[in-house]
Amino acid sequence: MARNDRPLSPHLSVYRWQISNTLSIIHRMTGFALSIGAMALVGWLVSVGSGPNAYASVNGLYGSVIGMIALFGWTFCFFYHLCNGIRHLFWDIGKGFEEQRAKQTGILVVVSALLLTVGLWAAILAG
Amino acid sequence: MSLESPLGKVLGAGSAKAGAHHWIAQRMTAVAMVPLGLWFLFSMVALDHGTHSFVAAWVSQPQNGILLILLVLTLLYHSALGLQVIVEDYVHGALGYITLIAVKFLHVILAVAAVYSVIVTSLGAGQ
Repeated sequence: MARNDRPLSPHLSVYRWQISNTLSIIHRMTGFALSIGAMALVGWLVSVGSGPNAYASVNGLYGSVIGMIALFGWTFCFFYHLCNGIRHLFWDIGKGFEEQRAKQTGILVVVSALLLTVGLWAAILAG
Repeated sequence: MSLESPLGKVLGAGSAKAGAHHWIAQRMTAVAMVPLGLWFLFSMVALDHGTHSFVAAWVSQPQNGILLILLVLTLLYHSALGLQVIVEDYVHGALGYITLIAVKFLHVILAVAAVYSVIVTSLGAGQ
């Protein structure tokens, strides 16, 4: 078998999806989305530095319906990546590896991220 | 083509003493992103798509300018490290190397543009 034809690990098709690997791939996807968000953040800073006209265009884009949906999505990505990132940091110091504990903290991450996102946007839209 | 296996080539060669750098840098930037990210998020909510003069005045305050530069550098460093792993996992061969270089160049350009914009705004040139 040629080198490039070797199957790549993990062999996704033979594994049952479970909480741990689902949350893991969401962590990566939210991280990727936040990298795009970092570009939007830099674009916003550049517009502030470029003057009122450039700022007005970017502010208008970010304040549009599509812009607000993106900002809402990035807020969830931020809170998810933050909460799950803290979970990862605890793993890095050797805490929370037990199967039940990992499952519990995983659910806690999802619930926290959803509540923080909805809570923040409720405050934004109300205030 | 060498008849030595990849494992055979490195056995006994000792550690490169450099493998942990990416891992440690990813964790250090992650820890720094917790306060910086939360500060940025709540600052954006407070700014609430404000006028250019209002936002520029906010950026011009020393503590905000310093925190913005710290945030952007930490965020883009963390983003570059994360995207590097994603590219290494999914993009193979020559295209992978080209993508890795493009990702790094893009992040340096974004970082310089962001820092430049904060400085320009702070000096009042964007008014």
